[in-house]
Amino acid sequence: MIEIINLCKNFGKKEVLKNLNLTIKSGETTVIIGRSGCGKSVLLKHIIGILKPDSGQVLIDGKDISKMYGKELNDIRMKFGMLFQGAALFDSLTVWENVAFGMIEHTATQKDAMLARVRECLGLVGLGGIENLKPAELSGGMKKRVGLARAISMKPEIVLYDEPTTGVDPIMGDAINDLIKELHDKLKVTSIAVTHDMKSAYKIANRIAMLYEGKIIEIGTPQEIKSTKNPVVKQFIHGEAEGPIAKDH
Amino acid sequence: MIQRLLSNIQRKLAALGAKGVEFVCYMGSIAIFMGDIAYALVHPPFRIRETIRQTAQIGANSIPIVSLISLFVGIVIALQSAYQMQKMSAEMYIASLVALSMIRELGPVLTALVVAGRSGAAITAEIGTMKVTEQIDALETLATNPINYLVVPRFWALLVSVVVLTVYADFISMVGGYIVGVHKLHISHHMYVKMTFDPLAQSDLRNGLYKSVVFAIIICVISCFEGMRAEEGAEGVGKATTSSVVRSFILIIAADCLLTALMYFIGR
Repeated sequence: MIEIINLCKNFGKKEVLKNLNLTIKSGETTVIIGRSGCGKSVLLKHIIGILKPDSGQVLIDGKDISKMYGKELNDIRMKFGMLFQGAALFDSLTVWENVAFGMIEHTATQKDAMLARVRECLGLVGLGGIENLKPAELSGGMKKRVGLARAISMKPEIVLYDEPTTGVDPIMGDAINDLIKELHDKLKVTSIAVTHDMKSAYKIANRIAMLYEGKIIEIGTPQEIKSTKNPVVKQFIHGEAEGPIAKDH
Repeated sequence: MIQRLLSNIQRKLAALGAKGVEFVCYMGSIAIFMGDIAYALVHPPFRIRETIRQTAQIGANSIPIVSLISLFVGIVIALQSAYQMQKMSAEMYIASLVALSMIRELGPVLTALVVAGRSGAAITAEIGTMKVTEQIDALETLATNPINYLVVPRFWALLVSVVVLTVYADFISMVGGYIVGVHKLHISHHMYVKMTFDPLAQSDLRNGLYKSVVFAIIICVISCFEGMRAEEGAEGVGKATTSSVVRSFILIIAADCLLTALMYFIGR
């Protein structure tokens, strides 16, 4: 279980997260929606401990990740997989070295076994025969899928997705949604996805949480979110220009 | 009028204070960064293959430019001093002058400046790009310490490269001096070689190499640090690269001044 308690984070004078509270149950897929630049990625980076909060706690199975350093932090990170917005592939390494990175770094797996796992993961995201290419030779959508393959290669318990469907074509976007659902259904992976693609959110989420002005203002099942009375959430999910959300964000 | 002047002074002082605070913060961050490097240096994993790759990239690929620069500097020192030396018929001392000035001073400094400009900038640009494209964050999420993965191999590579290149530059500049001395000023081969090595003490080479060790550490710390704190976008990486080169240059010259003074007073 992941519990975020009174999380605050400022960048300079800008308050990004203000006393944010959120609980994510194990095996659940939670989608965090919100406007661009509202702090969704910042929240994800706090959950995996890349950013440290100004105050508040991020409890992973009861332990505060923001207080961890060194080996303890690395050990808990082995439970995670993360897909970055821009894929964040290591451009000095080939595709297979990228996907196998965790295995190369932290296990003594034989190369053949690693290659087999890399092919399996690439197959899951609909890619094949690109093991020896460099990231620079791939299209944006392919990079994202390789990033996803890397995120799941170590069979993580928790997967964080930063805009999983942005930058891929609609058909591939839906395939990624299916993959996230499959990971949830078959492997009981806890997933947290950040997105503003409502179609994807409705499809994959067990619960949807809306982040607005540094706080979670509403959380519920896709059905509950669809029938919300909250004018801010309503405006966002229907993508309306007019409403209580200021345009100048 | 006086009030305006006072508020003007107050603003200037506040700006000065802010700069001072910024400087102290910068130095503090550098100190913490150096502590992190020191920790990572003695903790596994030790990435030998990556270290060798970096050494080839930083060291071996710098050989052509270091050769050219040190050869020309050797020639220039010999030619410039020839003016004065010829007046006193003391041309043979040109050999000692080239050897001593290169080994004690110019060899380490020039090599460090070349490596800072060539490889230090490349390191900052590479690490900076990794920072802005979230690759450094990705390393962390894959439970890999970025300092251990990125900085430590470059640290060893720079240390080995700068020291070896310095010795190499010392030698090549002597060849430059030799060309002028023997072929232009007609000093005999035997005499030139004797006058090159006679005045050299072991401490000259040792002090020169101490300097190059310090310079290598400066280049590594500054170039990696500036890369790691690059701000968003291509502009951020560009700015980081510029400030990496400028700060490395300033620190190398300042450290050289300090070390020379230190060695002068200790050596006496």
